[in-house]
Amino acid sequence: MTTVDSLSAKDLLGIEPLSRDEIQLILDTARTLSDVAKHPIKKVPALRGRTMVNLFYEASTRTRTSFELAAVRLSADVVNINVQASSVVKGETLLDTARTLEAMTVDFIVMRHGSSGAPHMLARNLKASVINAGDGQHEHPTQALLDLYTVREKLGSIEGKTITLIGDIQHSRVARSDLIAFTKMGAKVRFCGPPTLLSADFGALGAEVHHDLKSALTGADVVYVLRLQFERHRMGLMPSVKAYTQQYAITSERVKWAKPGALVMHPGPMNRGVEIAPEVADGPTSVIVDQVANGIAVRMAVLYLLEAGRTKRAAAGGVS
Amino acid sequence: MTSRDGRTTAPGSLLIRGGRVIDPATGTDGVMDVLLSDGKVAKTGPGLDAGGGTIIEAKGLVVAPGFVDVHVHLREPGEEGKETIATGTRAAAMGGVTTVVAMPNTVPPIDTPAMIAYVLSRAAQDGVVRVRPAGCISHERKGEVMADLAGLKEAGAVAFSDDGNSVMNALLARRAMINTRILNVPYVEHAEDASLVDAGVMHEGRVSLRLGLAGRSPLAEDLIVARDLLLAEATGAHLHVAHVSSRRSLEMIREAKARGVPVTCEATPHHLVLTDEAVGEFDTSAKVLPPLRSEEHRLALIAAVKDGTVDVIASDHAPHGPLEKEVEFAQAASGMVGLETMLPLALEVLVRSGAMDLPGLVRLLSSAPARLFHLAGGTLAAGSPADVTVFDPELAWTVDPRAFSSKGRNTPFAGRKVRGRAVDVIVGGRIVVRDGGLV
Repeated sequence: MTTVDSLSAKDLLGIEPLSRDEIQLILDTARTLSDVAKHPIKKVPALRGRTMVNLFYEASTRTRTSFELAAVRLSADVVNINVQASSVVKGETLLDTARTLEAMTVDFIVMRHGSSGAPHMLARNLKASVINAGDGQHEHPTQALLDLYTVREKLGSIEGKTITLIGDIQHSRVARSDLIAFTKMGAKVRFCGPPTLLSADFGALGAEVHHDLKSALTGADVVYVLRLQFERHRMGLMPSVKAYTQQYAITSERVKWAKPGALVMHPGPMNRGVEIAPEVADGPTSVIVDQVANGIAVRMAVLYLLEAGRTKRAAAGGVS
Repeated sequence: MTSRDGRTTAPGSLLIRGGRVIDPATGTDGVMDVLLSDGKVAKTGPGLDAGGGTIIEAKGLVVAPGFVDVHVHLREPGEEGKETIATGTRAAAMGGVTTVVAMPNTVPPIDTPAMIAYVLSRAAQDGVVRVRPAGCISHERKGEVMADLAGLKEAGAVAFSDDGNSVMNALLARRAMINTRILNVPYVEHAEDASLVDAGVMHEGRVSLRLGLAGRSPLAEDLIVARDLLLAEATGAHLHVAHVSSRRSLEMIREAKARGVPVTCEATPHHLVLTDEAVGEFDTSAKVLPPLRSEEHRLALIAAVKDGTVDVIASDHAPHGPLEKEVEFAQAASGMVGLETMLPLALEVLVRSGAMDLPGLVRLLSSAPARLFHLAGGTLAAGSPADVTVFDPELAWTVDPRAFSSKGRNTPFAGRKVRGRAVDVIVGGRIVVRDGGLV
C-alpha cells in the first residue's frame, strides 16, 4: 500500500529525491496506464490542454519517441526542439533557451543534456516541470523506473533480488539511477567491469563492486548489460575492445553463471557482438523489447503524477 | 610621497587606544595603545599621547598588523566586469587586508615589466590598499617560454606564478626556479598536473561519482608538489605552493621542510571550512581549483595549519559574474570571492575550534606572509608602515553577497552566520574603513 497519490516535487530530476512510496506509486500508476495501449483508441484526456517540450541536446530516438508517445496518449500537445537547428548554435545560453520556452507557457520540459546537472539548473529557474531524460553521467530516472517496472512485471517482485550491471559503469547514468532505484526498493545491486570503467568508490554508494564476471553473475536474478560508450572514452580506458569482449561480453555460455531463467536487460542502443552476443540479446530470457514497451507506460505515469502534484499544490494555494 | 605600491602616506598622527594589541613579529599581546605618525608606526605601549591627532577607541577590539593576502585576483586589466582594482581593493579593506598580492592571470596576463607598471599606476589611482603584483613565470602563461623575470622584479613584481596553470614543462620550471632563486623572489605554483586532471570539474570521490561529474584527483596536485619539491631542493629556490588541498601534498611538504627544503605553502579558508559536499546539487559557487576535497583532506589541512606545515592563510579571491557561473556545472568558471569572508571563516575553523590561539592566526594573516614575500608591513614595530587592522573577533553577521564591496557575488557562504569582522582599517596612516564601513 502506498500512502501518496501524487509526486510532491515540481520536477523529476533523478531517482535520488524520490521516496520509496513515490516510486511504488509510479509503478502502480504505470500498471494502470499500460492498459491504454490495449484500447482501440490509445488515448485518455488526462493532460488535455497541457504542452510538453522535448528539449534534447543529445541524440536520442527511443527516449524522445517514448516521451512523445506517452504525452500524446495522455492528450498533451508535444513540441520537439531540434537543438541543431535552434538558437543554441548561435551561442544562446541554456538559461536563455529555457526562459524563452517558459515565455511560451510550456508545462513540461523533458530534457536530455550532455552536462551533468543541466536539468537541475533549468528546474531552479523555471515554473514548468522539468523531467530529466538523461543528464551527462548523472541520472536517467525514467530508465530506472522502467527497469524496476520490467523486473517487477517479470519476476513478481523487486525486494530481495540481485541485479548485476555489467560494463561501462563509470560513464553510465543508467547505472547510477538503477543503483539508487533498485537499492531503494530492497534489491541488491552489483556492478561489474574493468577497473578503469568501474571506480571502487561505487562501494561507498551502496553497490557491490566486482571486476570478475563470474563472481558478479553468480546468483544474479537480472543480467543487465550496459552499452560501451566509446564516444566518452579518451586515451585508452581499455587496452582494446577485443580485450573487453573477451573478459566481459555476455555470451550464452556466461549467462548461465546467473540464476536459471535470469532476465537479460539492456538500455539500448546495443553494440551487438561487443558487450552482448546477439543470441543472448534475442534469447528466451531477454526482456529488452519489454523494456521499450514499458517505457511508455512509466513515462505516462510520471507525467500524470507530476500533473496531479501541480494541481494539488495549486489547490493548496501554492504556485503551480 | 608615493611609494612603490602606489600608496600615499598620511601626514599627522593617529592614536588607536585601549585595544588588545597583537603583533606576532614582536611578540606583543596586551591591552595598550598604538600611535601612528606620518604613515609609520611611531610607538606601541600603554597610555600614549595622541598629540592632538585623531583618536580611535579600540576597547574590546583586537589591534593587529594589517592583513597581507598573498593570493588575490583583481581581474584588471581585461575583466573589469568581474572586478577592478578599485572594487577589489575595497573588498580587501573591508576584509581587513591592507596588502594584496595581485595574481597575474589577467587579460592580457602580467608577463612584462610594462604590465607591472600599468597595474601599479592603476593601483595608485584607484586602490585603497597596497597592491603588490605578481608576474608570470612564462610568456602569456603558456608554460613555454620564460618571462623576463628580472625585468618583472625590477618593475615591482614580488612573486612569480602562472597561477591557474601549473608550469607543466619541468625544464622550464627548473630554469625558472634557478632564476627566482637568484632574484630572491618566491616561485608560486598552482599545483595541478593538467594532463592528469583531464576534464575533471570537482574533487574525484564519492560526491563526483554520485553527481556523475568528472573528477580531479588529488594525485594531480601531489605529482606537481613532488616534482617541485625536488626542483626546489636542487635549485635552492623558494617554492611557495599556492592553495594546498591534498593530504598527501601536505605530508610531502612537511617532510621536505624537515629536510630543509626552502618550501612554504598557503591554505585558503574555503579548503579549511568546506568539503566537496558543498557542491550539493550542482552549485557552481562551490566550483573552485583546486577543488573542495573530502573531509579526510580538510582535516589534514587543519592539522597542517596547526603544526606549522602551512605558513600562511590566503583567500584566493576569484571573482566571477553570473555569465560565468549561471551555466552548466562543467562549463562554469572556477573560483570564489574570499577577501570579505577570510577573517570570520579563519576565526571559526582555526581559533574557535581550538586549533590555535588568536595570535597564531594573526601571524598567519600578517607577519608570516609579509616575511615570506619580503613585503614591508605585517608588524606594528616602530618604524613599520602604518598598516593596521582593528577587528572585533566576536561580531556576529550574516554573509550577504549583495553587500560585498567586491563585484563578485560568487560565494558558497551566502547566508552563513559568522563571527568576526574588521572594524577600522588603516593603510599608510590613512583610515580606509571606519566602524565597519568604507571611508
